[in-house]
Amino acid sequence: MAYINGIGIISPQNTLPGQEFLEPVVEHTGDFLKAVEPVFKTYIDPIAARRMSRLIKMGISSAKICLQDAGIGMPDAIITGTGLGSVEDTEKILAELTLEGKFLNPTPFIQSTYNTISSQIAIALKCHEYNSTYVHRCFSLESCLIDALLQLGEGSAVNVLAGGIDEMTMNHLTIIRRLGIWKREAIRNLDLWSCGTPGAVAGEGSAYFIISGEKNDHTYARLVAAGTLYKPGSASETATLVTSFLNENGLSHDEIDLVMMGNNGYAENDRICEEIVSLALPHTARVMYKHLCGEYHTVSGFALFVAAGILKKQFIPSSLVVQSAAPKKIENILIHNHYRNTDHALILVRK
Amino acid sequence: MPSRIFVTGLGFISGIGNNVQENLDSLLNLRSAVGPVRHIETSLSEELCVSEVPLSKKELLAFAGISGTEACSRNSLLGMIAAREAFIHAHLAENMGLRTGLISGTTVGGMDECEKYYQDFLGNDSRNEFIDIYDCADSTEKIADYLGLKGFMTTISTACSSAANSILFAARMMKAGKLDCAIAGGTESLTKFHLNGFNALKILDKKPCRPFDATRNGINLGEGAAYLVLETEEANRKTGNRIICELTGYGNACEAFHQTASSPDGTGAYLAMKKALDMSGEHPYNIGYINAHGTGTDNNDLSEGRAIETLFPEKVPYISSTKPFTGHMTSAAGSAEAIIAILALQNGIIWPNMNFSTPMPELNFRPASELIRGIDLNVVMTNSFGFGGNDTSLIFKKYGIY
Repeated sequence: MAYINGIGIISPQNTLPGQEFLEPVVEHTGDFLKAVEPVFKTYIDPIAARRMSRLIKMGISSAKICLQDAGIGMPDAIITGTGLGSVEDTEKILAELTLEGKFLNPTPFIQSTYNTISSQIAIALKCHEYNSTYVHRCFSLESCLIDALLQLGEGSAVNVLAGGIDEMTMNHLTIIRRLGIWKREAIRNLDLWSCGTPGAVAGEGSAYFIISGEKNDHTYARLVAAGTLYKPGSASETATLVTSFLNENGLSHDEIDLVMMGNNGYAENDRICEEIVSLALPHTARVMYKHLCGEYHTVSGFALFVAAGILKKQFIPSSLVVQSAAPKKIENILIHNHYRNTDHALILVRK
Repeated sequence: MPSRIFVTGLGFISGIGNNVQENLDSLLNLRSAVGPVRHIETSLSEELCVSEVPLSKKELLAFAGISGTEACSRNSLLGMIAAREAFIHAHLAENMGLRTGLISGTTVGGMDECEKYYQDFLGNDSRNEFIDIYDCADSTEKIADYLGLKGFMTTISTACSSAANSILFAARMMKAGKLDCAIAGGTESLTKFHLNGFNALKILDKKPCRPFDATRNGINLGEGAAYLVLETEEANRKTGNRIICELTGYGNACEAFHQTASSPDGTGAYLAMKKALDMSGEHPYNIGYINAHGTGTDNNDLSEGRAIETLFPEKVPYISSTKPFTGHMTSAAGSAEAIIAILALQNGIIWPNMNFSTPMPELNFRPASELIRGIDLNVVMTNSFGFGGNDTSLIFKKYGIY
């Protein structure tokens, strides 16, 4: 059995240590939802931090917050999922390639490699254990969780530090907007579900978890399983695979009390998410959360933080949007996520 | 008891060959691909020495048998070609009922089109079809679609150990009963992105690289892709595939020392090799050959050499780095060199560490400097160490040897 024994999360909401569970709501009115940063020098040696890009600082800080939350000094494995790694550093290099040959600063190149986050966490902790990085769109965090569960099963680790992290920049937003993925206009995040314009709203964040084989006073919830569905096809084919995932984990649809929806404010996509859930989980209460954090490859880290908090506290914060009646009990939560409705990912958490 | 993991298919494209047989022929004939840059438009072309796959984008499209109407990176094409060879070798088309995973390692190879059109991406709509193909997952999904794979897949990026970690993760998924077989490895095409990045780090040798030599002066970058088909025992009973060898050990450890440098004593390298050795249950002296990471940098070869001496205190096995043949294939190096080590195992050959002449004063061993035939090899090891101290070692054993 696997337990979530610690969480460290930097997100567009007030999710830093000592803050209430998603209260008060942070309103965003820009082009994307920017993470609320902690004071980085609380977690990172200021001399080391000077050369680090923002993503690396977010990663190390959230990892350290997570370890403190779990009351652990040294994890037995460090695993990171990131769709894009340090976008800021990658862009610096791409911009400088026009001046080829004169490009002399190696720091952005070093930091642009995706494994920098996991390895910088290892350097900060002096952790020589298993270390890996998954970089597959909406499978990135789920792959980490699958790896973490394997580690526990193999007996090679008791406490695995696993997390997902991605950042957004204005240039990247501009580029992806060309594909019609993001909304063309700036909107107020709390109006996401009513604005009706095409495209999703982008976000960012970093969420690390201690996935442990041992239950203790820090335990939030149980991590039952994570799953990835590669291009499953139509909504009904996807729903069939969601049902199989539940069955493989010994559950039927009516045992899922809450589903964290993949909806991101892009009506065309949201309709498909709703169709999948209507077919696979017809009676389950639905929670929408992406108005709080935006859309990004590892957004299910935010969802997992929310789900773990709901299971521990046994209440649903008012900042979340609940479709249908609130459930009577909250034992099992399914997180459904997707990458532009082609790839789908699932995480199952239990009280 | 977890299943044994058998290797039943290989696929390999590099500067020295478009398939496994051509790579073997080049190794046997001491043919290196290291030379000036031909395919990438770069102002560094005369300055650097690299190993390129000698096919243009158009030729790769033709080789892969695809029309080229869909935007596809060189990185994806190399991956598709090598994965197809492994897929055919292991008759996977006739075994679609198995739960087949695809685990692929890559880092910046997909940047090849993006780096050309980045200014267009920012300024206009003329190159939008290339926007979506630069992330790491794109090459993995292209390979999956090309081969009709619908099962579990993921992409790993641990820099120069990416492909080795893909093999390791695939084996763990299989032992845990989550997959019956897997195509695991990595792909990486050369790009201006890496040439300039590594150049800025001042670790590229302008002459052919000389791993483990006292005069070594850095890396020659290479490109290509390599994939292994792994099967559980039970899946192998269904496929009836000939067992090429067995993956008996793997180890992943982290240096936790510096983002781009290895520790002088090679802590991470030692731990990765030790974990792999412990899992395999082999006495250190059963290891007949180590295909070293051996990049040719000052730092790697010293640190790896010391770690090997610590693990094998009395006598080190035959050791060579084959990067003077293929260049450093970065994210694909782990699976490429796994195949090169397997070819050594199959043929009883020690591959030479080309360009070696002067021993390093800090080390007590010399790499094999000439091709040696007729060696009774039973167990081989291959090392892959990445930036950030992501170190992974793999051990392969002849099937049927106890």
